[in-house]
Amino acid sequence: MKILIIEDDREAASFLKKAFSEAGHIADVASDGEAGFALADGGNYDVFVIDRMLPRRDGLSVIAGLRANGNTTPALILSALGEVDDRVTGLRAGGDDYLTKPYAFSELLARVEVLKRRAGTRDVETLYRAGDLELDRLSHTVRRGGQEITLQPREFRLLEYLMRHAGQVVTRTMLLENVWDYHFDPQTNVIDVHVSRLRGKIERGFDKPILHTVRGAGYMIRAD
Amino acid sequence: MATLSAVMKTTAARLSALYLVLFAACAVMLVIYVSSLSTRILVGQTQEAISEEVAGLGRAYQRGGLIGLVRLVEIRARQPGANLYLITDPNGRILSGNVESIQPGVLDSPGWTENAFFYRRFGEPGPEGGENGHAAVAQIIRLPNRMILLVGRDLSEPDKFGRVMRRALAASLAMMGLGAFLIWYFVGRRALRRIDSVTEASRQIMGGDLARRLPVSGAGDEFDRLSENLNAMLDRIAGLNEGLKQVSANIAHDLKTPLTRLRNRAEAALNSSGGPDAAKEALEQTIAESDQLIRTFNAILMISRLEAGYSAESTTKLDLAAILSDVVELYEPAAEEQGVDLKAETVESVQIDGNRELIGQALSNIVDNAIKYSAGFGQKPSVSLSLRKEKHAIRLAVNDTGPGIPEKDRERATERFVRLEPSRSRPGSGLGLSLAKAVMTFHGGRLELSGTSGGFTVAMIFPAGKNG
Repeated sequence: MKILIIEDDREAASFLKKAFSEAGHIADVASDGEAGFALADGGNYDVFVIDRMLPRRDGLSVIAGLRANGNTTPALILSALGEVDDRVTGLRAGGDDYLTKPYAFSELLARVEVLKRRAGTRDVETLYRAGDLELDRLSHTVRRGGQEITLQPREFRLLEYLMRHAGQVVTRTMLLENVWDYHFDPQTNVIDVHVSRLRGKIERGFDKPILHTVRGAGYMIRAD
Repeated sequence: MATLSAVMKTTAARLSALYLVLFAACAVMLVIYVSSLSTRILVGQTQEAISEEVAGLGRAYQRGGLIGLVRLVEIRARQPGANLYLITDPNGRILSGNVESIQPGVLDSPGWTENAFFYRRFGEPGPEGGENGHAAVAQIIRLPNRMILLVGRDLSEPDKFGRVMRRALAASLAMMGLGAFLIWYFVGRRALRRIDSVTEASRQIMGGDLARRLPVSGAGDEFDRLSENLNAMLDRIAGLNEGLKQVSANIAHDLKTPLTRLRNRAEAALNSSGGPDAAKEALEQTIAESDQLIRTFNAILMISRLEAGYSAESTTKLDLAAILSDVVELYEPAAEEQGVDLKAETVESVQIDGNRELIGQALSNIVDNAIKYSAGFGQKPSVSLSLRKEKHAIRLAVNDTGPGIPEKDRERATERFVRLEPSRSRPGSGLGLSLAKAVMTFHGGRLELSGTSGGFTVAMIFPAGKNG
């Protein structure tokens, strides 16, 4: 995946570049808004990672300019401003996701990979499949090895989100944002308990684990 | 103390001076008007009396001729306080009457005398000459036999009246001057003194004596109200200032302690010879520690922003019941895992204007706390939520079976960083309730802690009414 990082802090930018390449991606860096806009407008990138406060041209204005030019490449905004309002303005300006500094790189990586996937498959599938696990969004049923598994509505939505991003890491905050639609930070491990319940339902009685815990990052549905 | 120019700068002195000038002008005008009017009336009355007298004398002349006229004049002239009567021959020699001498030329033209003239009565002392007698007005009639009849009246009465009026004017002007001075002295100087004391007090406050307050006399007047309001403002500022100091101290403590731990751990890992596994573990702990730091820091920032006043556009119409069930649903598995019974009771649908994120976070903080501390005495720990519309408020209550917070500590519990457990062993930033309180303040409501051990309640009280 080709990523453009627009970030004025050199150290942070080179850390990101290195970390992305270690994760198997190619990253370019621009250190101010104008340069970033020029690169983004001309290059062929899969995802933009844009700092909100940039010299010469504000991050939100860069995104708005790109969108005005018909560029729909998903953009993730990095910002030190993390209040509800800031997030809303960021997303309104054309951003696709919003991450508050300081963040864990695993969180950023997971979100960037999900953004890329989202851009790739615009049409939402009605049937998700991972190994012998199937989730039918229309009939609201889950089967594993042909055997139906009964889930609570929230568990269904949790699994639906995990399966839509099968093979990708999904973090706890991503789950809280997308399954519960809250952006705050729950103090205790409430999400973990939800996930382990779900895991109990879809793995009990089966040999192979399918819902994996990715240490220090989150969870992943993966059929080995 | 106060020089004249300083005095004239005070509002009271200016007002006193202005009123003095205004009233003096009015008084002068009034006196002029009254005296000229009354002089006219007196002169009119005098002329009327003279005309009547002349008519009476005329009738006597018709009945008894010159002899009858003279006789009547003689009688009338002798009465006390009589008018002036004078009959002369065509040459001006006095034949009868009570006038001894008269200003020359007065008798030349018949009819009303145009101006007041001077005369002297018989028997009155005084030097020769017409100028030093009394002033009078008169009607002069030429009788058919070319003799001259003068009937007049002394003008001393209207003159006296005018003098009285002028004296009254002078006296009232003097009284007004005195009054203005007294008003200034008692009102103006008093105001000046009080403003001086307020000025002095505020100067001392600016000089650093922040505990000082403006003087309140207890009279309950506008100065007191002003001072009271300013004092309330100073109290508020002092409170905020105190809070700020407290917070910086707490931030210093709560951020420095983990930062020190973090640093020590990194140092230990660097110096240890434990190999890659030990180093990895140390790094993981470091990350976990810094995540907790970030969490604390975010909570501090959020509280500050809420206290500074969040933008109003961040509120929408929302259903509190939906948030309640979201939070219950979110925490239910975690509660169950800890053996706590989490349930929602009596939930009414209540629409309010609010911020879903903030309320959700505040409620989850409270529920988080309740689950954490609900372990009770013998009975199965449980946490129950209820949402009720009351008469003047909407009450979202979280009740738990834990030991609760002792009465004396409740005020402190919602302060930043206060964790009532001395050991600080359980996880948490100590900001949960403070954040909930800030969220409630932002929504125009409050946080209420009530109940006793085994039945402790934290309630989010939202104002009812404006949102239905």
